[in-house]
Amino acid sequence: MSNNGLRLVWVYPDLLSTYGDQGNALVVERRARQRGLDVQRVDVRSDQPVPTSGDIYLIGGGEDRPQRLAAERLRRDGGLSRAASNGAIIFSVCAGYQILGHEFINDLGEREQGLGLLDVVSTRGEGARCVGDVLADIDPHLGLEALTGFENHQGVTHLGPTARPFARVRFGRGNGTGDGTEGAYNDTVFGTYMHGPVMARNPQIADHLLKLALDVNALPPTDDRWYEALRAERIASATQPA
Amino acid sequence: MAGNTEPLSPRAKLAVTAGKAAAAVSRAAGRGSGSVIGGRVALKLDPDLLGRLAQHLDVILVSATNGKTTTTRLIAEALGAAGPVVSNALGANMPAGITSALAGGSDAKFGVIEVDEKYLAGVARDTTPKAIALLNLSRDQLDRAAETRMMAEHWREGLSGSKAVIIANADDPLVVWAASSSPNVVWVAAGQAWKDDAWSCPSCGGVMQRPGEDWFCGQCGFRRPAPSWALNGDYVLDPHGSAWPIHLQLPGRANKANAASSAAVAAVFGVPPQVALERMYQVQAVAGRYDVVTFQNRELRLLLAKNPAGWLETFSLIDPPPTPVILSVNARGADGTDTSWLWDVDYTQLAGHPIFVLGDRKLDLAVRLEVAGLDFRVCENLDEAVQYAPPGRIEVIANYTAFQDLRRRVGN
Repeated sequence: MSNNGLRLVWVYPDLLSTYGDQGNALVVERRARQRGLDVQRVDVRSDQPVPTSGDIYLIGGGEDRPQRLAAERLRRDGGLSRAASNGAIIFSVCAGYQILGHEFINDLGEREQGLGLLDVVSTRGEGARCVGDVLADIDPHLGLEALTGFENHQGVTHLGPTARPFARVRFGRGNGTGDGTEGAYNDTVFGTYMHGPVMARNPQIADHLLKLALDVNALPPTDDRWYEALRAERIASATQPA
Repeated sequence: MAGNTEPLSPRAKLAVTAGKAAAAVSRAAGRGSGSVIGGRVALKLDPDLLGRLAQHLDVILVSATNGKTTTTRLIAEALGAAGPVVSNALGANMPAGITSALAGGSDAKFGVIEVDEKYLAGVARDTTPKAIALLNLSRDQLDRAAETRMMAEHWREGLSGSKAVIIANADDPLVVWAASSSPNVVWVAAGQAWKDDAWSCPSCGGVMQRPGEDWFCGQCGFRRPAPSWALNGDYVLDPHGSAWPIHLQLPGRANKANAASSAAVAAVFGVPPQVALERMYQVQAVAGRYDVVTFQNRELRLLLAKNPAGWLETFSLIDPPPTPVILSVNARGADGTDTSWLWDVDYTQLAGHPIFVLGDRKLDLAVRLEVAGLDFRVCENLDEAVQYAPPGRIEVIANYTAFQDLRRRVGN
């Protein structure tokens, strides 16, 4: 982290901000400020270069055509890949998650190359679209409380050997591979299918990213009663049949 | 014009009668107006009934993500100057509800019909409209709706062969994309506060440039058409450059925009703008929206906002702080079951208002407001919120089923 505070980069809001995922940027920013950090939030439109000096990069979900356009422009720009090789923290959702993998199926039904920052490959599911509340257990190595979110996707994402499943679903579909995995991560790059937005339902993930970026083991506590009430309600709701 | 005086076939007459009977049964059972069930019964007996009923009318279709119910009312009121009007004024906007509404107006000259976005192409095919008003398109119910740009594409394909005059909002790039395949378009500069669904060009995917009120694609040259009508503050500018004052009982910029579009529609049928606008003053509350009610000796104004674009327009019309504001959000089927859209709404605009939160998804709202840095109070129900609200008229903003719940509670 530079002396100018935490640089939080929100990638391509013009293309990948359709399902309220900008809430992730709002939650990370809010929780950083509550810990007394200066936050510089940078919203990067798809006709602008992605800065390479950010601490945390967030990418959201979008519709099929914007997803293809985003992948084309991110590949051409190269900034996000350079930031990743500099060790930046990247957290991605849904369409953004697929873009960070090796490839996905675009709106034209063709295989579209991703950035290869996560060892995953996405295809399009044959069955019904995955829509609804999800409850999952986050990889115990991360030491985080249960994951609650809302999924809304047709994608199926297969993990390669260097990607670890971010979570295992108790209710819901997640990666859609039938093996119960949800999302993927490596040391610094994370992907999930969860909307909600995911940070609003899981502030422990926002804090985890902040700890990684700051290289600390703990953060000062915050008043999380509304988050906790919401989590309890959504977890109870996910465990009940619709 | 409505010169086709050929009477309804016996089959169509039977279908109309059966539909009315089913509606009456439904009403008697206390299940609402019965218009949808009545329409379903009638369409089952005569699948072409909608087209047959429409033959006898000059049909005007109205579609949009937001404002279609209100605009349908405004147009119906304006066209009343030129002849009797039948309309689906209660917002039953799918084919069954539309059929039912038209079956109720056998001696009307005009059929002013609100159409759900998804059904516009089909209803336009069935009813051969004389005019179609397209107001705006933005994200709504993303857990089940088609993508917003796909909706524009669907409109574009469905309307490309239509002989109707299309009255379209020049300030919404998605609407312009949808309308610009039609040969006969009247462009209205009606404004569009919400811009976040049209940053990429609907034609080529290029990044949209939006200096001031203008917009264009930097890549392919797709751009804002020159409007012939415009909303300018409290005035409608007509194609001759004359400015006509808007006097509405309905609040807000969005309703002035709806009035401008409605005046342009009325002009297609020979109703001059000043006559149309004067008649629009009659419109008060539309299906409970904007209604001011008394509840527990307090005045409440009921405002419906279903999606980010709707909330944005609603924030711009509420009374300034310290007016108390009650927010209610549900996520039932008709609302969309995903609440993520709350994060696309800029709630910091409510800073300074005492805020009270209720509805099935009050906890989602609570986290949203907490992250926006606002003070608020979570309440179990409307009674509790009203009890804690400081003096003055209370603005109540709710999404679809939350709004219906509130109307029932206040007996509206």
